[in-house]
Amino acid sequence: MRTASGWFKTEREGERLRVIAGGSWETGALAELDGGLRRLAGEPVRIAAIDLSAVDSMDTAGAWVLYRTRRDLRARGVAAEFEGVDRSFADLLARVEEGDVEQTLVRDRLHPVIALIAHIGEVSLAAFHECASLLSFLGVTVITLGRSIVRPRRIRFTSLVSHIEQVGLTAIPIVGLLSFLIGVVIAYQGAEQLRQFGAQVFTVNLLGNSMLREMAILMTAIVVAGRSGSAFTAQIGTMQVNEEVDAMRTMGLDPIEVLVLPRVLALVIALPLLTVLADLTGLAGGALATVLVVDISLAQFMERLNNAVPLAAFWVGIVKAPVFGFLIAMVGCREGLMVVGSAESVGRHTTKSVVLSIFLVIVADALFSIFFLYIGV
Amino acid sequence: MAEPPVIRVQGLSTKFGSQVIHHGLDLEVRRGEIFCVVGGAGSGKSVLMRTIIGLIRPAAGKVEIFGEDRAGNDDSGRQRLEMRWGVLFQDGALFSSLTVAENVQVPLKEHTDLAPELIQEIVSLKIAMVGLPPDACTKYPSELSGGMRKRAGLARALALDPEILFLDEPTAGLDPIGAAGFDSLIMSLRQTLGLTVFMVTHDLDSLHAISDRIAVLVDKAVVIGTIDTLSRESHAWIHDYFHGPRARAAAPR
Ligand SMILES: Nc1ncnc2c1ncn2[C@@H]1O[C@H](COP(=O)(O)OP(=O)(O)OP(=O)(O)O)[C@@H](O)[C@H]1O
Ligand SMILES: [Mg+2]
Repeated sequence: MRTASGWFKTEREGERLRVIAGGSWETGALAELDGGLRRLAGEPVRIAAIDLSAVDSMDTAGAWVLYRTRRDLRARGVAAEFEGVDRSFADLLARVEEGDVEQTLVRDRLHPVIALIAHIGEVSLAAFHECASLLSFLGVTVITLGRSIVRPRRIRFTSLVSHIEQVGLTAIPIVGLLSFLIGVVIAYQGAEQLRQFGAQVFTVNLLGNSMLREMAILMTAIVVAGRSGSAFTAQIGTMQVNEEVDAMRTMGLDPIEVLVLPRVLALVIALPLLTVLADLTGLAGGALATVLVVDISLAQFMERLNNAVPLAAFWVGIVKAPVFGFLIAMVGCREGLMVVGSAESVGRHTTKSVVLSIFLVIVADALFSIFFLYIGV
Repeated sequence: MAEPPVIRVQGLSTKFGSQVIHHGLDLEVRRGEIFCVVGGAGSGKSVLMRTIIGLIRPAAGKVEIFGEDRAGNDDSGRQRLEMRWGVLFQDGALFSSLTVAENVQVPLKEHTDLAPELIQEIVSLKIAMVGLPPDACTKYPSELSGGMRKRAGLARALALDPEILFLDEPTAGLDPIGAAGFDSLIMSLRQTLGLTVFMVTHDLDSLHAISDRIAVLVDKAVVIGTIDTLSRESHAWIHDYFHGPRARAAAPR
């Protein structure tokens, strides 16, 4: 795109119009010329001649505006012709004429009200299909899992171990640190509140029970959903975009078995282990805060913990971990497989994967609470 | 004095880690010529093109475009340069979140101050010129076939009527009629706009139809010539390339 300017001038004699164009008619110079030419096309004349003999250079956009002017004049019944056209420009003008076909550049838009109603309908249907497809994916995963357990040789151990490393081992620092801090916060806040009743020693009960039963596992699950659930979606989604998953299917490999199962198993194994770690660091953080704020020694803290917190509290937390791990991995993998086409779709499904898995984890946690209340643990 | 070359590459070496792709490569592309690059799969054709347009930093050597050293350019210099060329990547590289029409609009909106109405007209013209059907405009890249993506990428590369066109395998994935139409489009653009074309291609028909000079990438450097001189070359790979069964079928009789 070279920037030198083109120009045109007009001469009118009665019903005859003469347009003399010159200079360089290139994309960069058209901003000023375009408006004038459009007005020109509306002139009330019968015969028009567009003289191009002074034009030095022309590109397709320049040829287009000239051609369009002639076309619009002719459409109004004006006998419009080019004059003094250089051979190479004639070629370009012919090309441009060929390229003048009716195109729709934007998709049709619906009336806003209808669009709103249609949108509500679509969203409701989508939510319904979402539930159905989640359930069906759950079923497929469980069946494939069952088949693999019957024939353990089908489990891809290398992949499984590598995923356990990625979701478990490398998550240790962040999970440990976060639950340590949560432990400190619970103990400190608890001690503050309980002091008002002179019941500061009960800080240990509060800390032990809430940490083991709820906080450690929930924290861990949420961190893992954000870290690994999203990673699963992005990995599988990118493979989906590159048609790798389709290639896999055509080679007789089952994506559920190859991609989903190792990830699901990895989280089912890693999440309980991470929860134990979170229990320990959470209690450590709590112990630190308690010893500093409440006036008891570490030995007293340990003894109190031993008496006040039943072993069942620990098991209640741990039992939930594999279930949460399963949910997170399943949602992550399914969103990955739902990706279609573009990089944007990968992003959308990754977000959805995190939101949906955290949502499901909390719903499941609520159901567990009701269940444990019912059986009295 | 002869006109300076549009692209001049001197002593170019590129490496990925310890893998040497090019070593001491020289070439010059003259104004208004159609310069084709051929070579075996993985011989570094795409890497050469990416190095010339500045996406890959050479390990050694110099790349000059319009007589300006790529390395010495500041941001505004780069941008000025980028408006003067169009690039078609091997797999289209369309923006996946935009429709075809919006993809072609991007450079026009970014680099010109044309009225929106005129931009629309130019977009629809370019899309028609590369031979896409009208209903393709509103489609997203993921809804197109491979050949259509290629054409849409070409329409985007042509949006600003550039002086140099870089094409990475433009006719791969096109049907023979489409490929021939593509060749004639390039020829006529060259004639009318004085376009310089740097094109990576494997398409022997294209080579015969439109290439002025050909660079063959062998042994990390290029051998440059016309179809006639290269056919007489004794290097084994070049000989096979121009005398294989397909080359014979493509040669005009
Ligand atoms: N980003 C990269 N990192 C490492 N190596 C690379 C990278 N890009 C290319 N290569 C290597 O450089 C070499 C040349 O690649 P290039 O893409 O230029 O091949 P090509 O000649 O274009 O082949 P084709 O005809 O298949 O397109 C290959 O061996 C490739 O493995
Ligand atoms: Mg390549």
